Order: sequence, then C-alpha cells, then structure tokens
Amino acid sequence: MKITVDEDRCCAGGSCVLTAPDVFDQRDEDGVVLLLDPEPAGHLHDAVREAAEVCPSAAITLSEAG
Amino acid sequence: MSTPSDVLVVGASAAGLSTAEALRRKGFSGGITLLGDEPHLPYDRPPLSKQVLSGAWEPDRARLRTPEALDALDVRFVLGDPASSLDPATRSVGTASGAVLRADAVVLATGARPRTVAGQAGLGGVHVLRTLGDASALRADLLGGGRVVVVGDGVLGAEVAATARGAELDVTLAGPQRAPLAAQLGPLVSGVLGELHAQRGVNLRLGTAVRGLTARDGRVSGVRLDSGEVLPADVVVVALGAIPNTDWLIGSGLRLDDGVVCDARCRAADGIYAVGDVARWYHEGLGALVRLENRTNATEQAAAVAGDVVGGERSYVPVPYFWTDQFDAKLQVHGVLAPGAEVSVVEGDVAARRFAALYERDGEVVGVLGWNMPKQARQLRQKHLVELRDLTGSHVTATEVEKADF
Repeated sequence: MKITVDEDRCCAGGSCVLTAPDVFDQRDEDGVVLLLDPEPAGHLHDAVREAAEVCPSAAITLSEAG
Repeated sequence: MSTPSDVLVVGASAAGLSTAEALRRKGFSGGITLLGDEPHLPYDRPPLSKQVLSGAWEPDRARLRTPEALDALDVRFVLGDPASSLDPATRSVGTASGAVLRADAVVLATGARPRTVAGQAGLGGVHVLRTLGDASALRADLLGGGRVVVVGDGVLGAEVAATARGAELDVTLAGPQRAPLAAQLGPLVSGVLGELHAQRGVNLRLGTAVRGLTARDGRVSGVRLDSGEVLPADVVVVALGAIPNTDWLIGSGLRLDDGVVCDARCRAADGIYAVGDVARWYHEGLGALVRLENRTNATEQAAAVAGDVVGGERSYVPVPYFWTDQFDAKLQVHGVLAPGAEVSVVEGDVAARRFAALYERDGEVVGVLGWNMPKQARQLRQKHLVELRDLTGSHVTATEVEKADF
C-alpha cells in the first residue's frame, strides 16, 4: 500500500489522525495533514483505508497495487 | 436479519459512495448498486462554495474518487435517473425512467435540496448552491460583475459572500441573525466573524429577515427586507438551508418527519436504512431524533449503516464536526457550540485571530472551536469530547444540536 495526500484539499479536521494516528499527524501551524509513513505495515492497512474513506475532503488516496 | 446478498444505495453523493466503500472495507462481497439523480459520478459539495466558485479548481477536481478507485470498488452506477418510489416490503425502488431495482437491503441517501424564497422560480440572476451545475451557473453570473446580495447568514451564505468578495465584487450579506453563523458559533465568535467580513468589505445587513425579491423584465433587481427596504442586486444567492428529499417516499409507508425517521441503528424499516442529510435517527445519548447536514456525518453515518448491514448492530452516536473556510479564517467546530454556553479561550489569542475555545454547560464541555488552530482543536476534542453519548439531554438538546450543525 502506498499513500498520497493532497495538502491543497485537506480541510485540517484531523479525522485521519483520530483513525490512524500511527500514520497521520497534523502540522502545528495550520493543521494540514502530515504523512508519517507513506508505505505502512500490513497491520495498519485497515485503519488507513478507513482514514481515507472518512476524510471529509477526500485528500487521501491509496494505491494498493502489488 | 442475515447478511444481505445485495445492497441498493439510493443516492450517489458523499453518503451513498461512503456506504459502498464502507461495505467493501467491512468485507461485503455481494452486489452493490448506486442509483443517482445527477448525471455525475460522486463529487464533493464543500468545495462548490469555495474552490469551484472562485475558479481555483476546475469542476472536475471536486470528484470524490479517481476512476481507478471507483473501478476497484466494483459497484454498479445507475446515474441521471431519480428514484421515484419505494416498496419497503419487497425492497424495490422505481425510477423516473421506469426501471425497477430490487435488493435485500436498501440504503436511502437522497440528501436534501435548497430552500427557496417565494417568487424565485424562473427568475434570472437568482441562484441556489447545491450541485456542480448550480456552482457553474453562479460562477458564470458572478463573472459578469455587478452587485451581489447573499440571502442567508449561515455557513453556506457566509462562505459564498467571502468567495464573491474575494473576487472583488460588491457583496451584501443579509439575514436575520445579529452576526454570521450566530446559531452555530455563539455571540463571541460570530461577532469576530462579522468583524472579519466587514473588514474585508462585505456589506453586512443583518438583524432583518428577508421578505422577498424584486424583479424587472424577468430578472431579479433587488432583495426586499422585512423593514421594507430594498437592497439593489444584479445577482442574488439564496442560502436559507435545506429540505430533506423525501417527497418520493410519500406513500411508501415509511415515517417521514423532517427526514426519514430511523431507529438508533439508522433503520427505517426491515432492511431499509437512511444515511446523510436525509436521515433523522434516534440519537441514544440525546434521547431524541436528530438530523445532521454536515459533511462528516455523511461518511460516519454511512460507516455505521454498513456495519449494521454486515451484522454489527451498533447504535450511531457521533460527535458532530464541521469546518468552514472564509477569507483567511479556517474554523473547526467539534461537538455543539450551544447557545448560552460558557466560552473560554484556552489557547492562542482572539485579537490575533488564532485561538481555540471550549464551550461548557453545567461544567461539562459540549463543544470545541478552533479558529486557525485546527490541530489544537482536534486535540481538545480528543481530550474533552469522547462521545456525545456522554452528553445527556440535560446538557444539550437535539434541537440545539441540529441548529448548531452546518
């Protein structure tokens, strides 16, 4: 799994941090998403998929090929 | 109910798409059909009043998922065909084109439509903003310049006013409240927001309800206030809230009362669920029916319903969240900023327009606000607002929650 985030779309709500705190954080100054781990280990995949789906600004895209 | 073999989702916007995604994520491998009234693949509505209206984004950028992601979801889309009837007994949905779709479980996600003012229909220069088509039409009219009057002092109205003013148009914001978003933010913060709009050149005509429109030669010419005064206008945007789309369900036997009335698990009948703007479900923490129109509710409620479809049986008890971007202000609202709540600024500085505040009632935190402090607001939410289940009706009422919602 490979994660990409679109900072320009991010609404800074922090839903991703609530859902997958090992993979996402927010910048202190403006709350925009910080990707801690673009290729997380398998045990985190379910949480990352949920984070991508619940993101209210569709700022997280997953590539699951391979 | 055992796990259904197929699911029909009526509505192909955020709530509908999220239902399909959550079903797949939870392991559902049966057939999923998304029936949508608009011709477009799922797109997002919050950018319509901001990035799409300003022209910063091409309309295509509002789409919620890439074509590849939708392919991977393995969902059948039936688009541009509004649902027109439901038979709950057979879980069959009839459409405007005459098709009949049936499934073991049906999820109603038909959203809401804008409330209008009398005399608006067919009048040139008057707009609502709900769909991509609405945004394109309004943008085209704004590019023509002239005087813009926004009718409605809630989230959408204030966002449209800010976007139009950002394009250096002559903008007036009219509405009955003392300040923009007064119902959502309370007097202190809505007052700061009003100051921001005034400083940026928005003409605020608040505290007076709008009575109607004036017209000349089939085109709007002004907005008439309750005081009798007429605000001259070349373009009018009506942003007076939304009405849940339940007309097509009249006669279905489902209980309709400001939305599709559901139980705590968002079930309207056996095998029939509702999600998103159209759903009015029994909130166990508040002990009352609640309908939320915020964007986050669309996905969270969809996930709850998907969980129930595959056998989870959990009641839906969310902490409401919405955000709004106006000029350089990014506001985050978690929980309920209840009227009369005690507001304390716990981080930052109001004068610097960067702060976070707690809203308390009876000594309990019921809401968190961040003004250009999104991360801090989210951290305060995690600390103080674990679940609204903890907020019994003695702290906030269902009506207050709905009024404070987007």
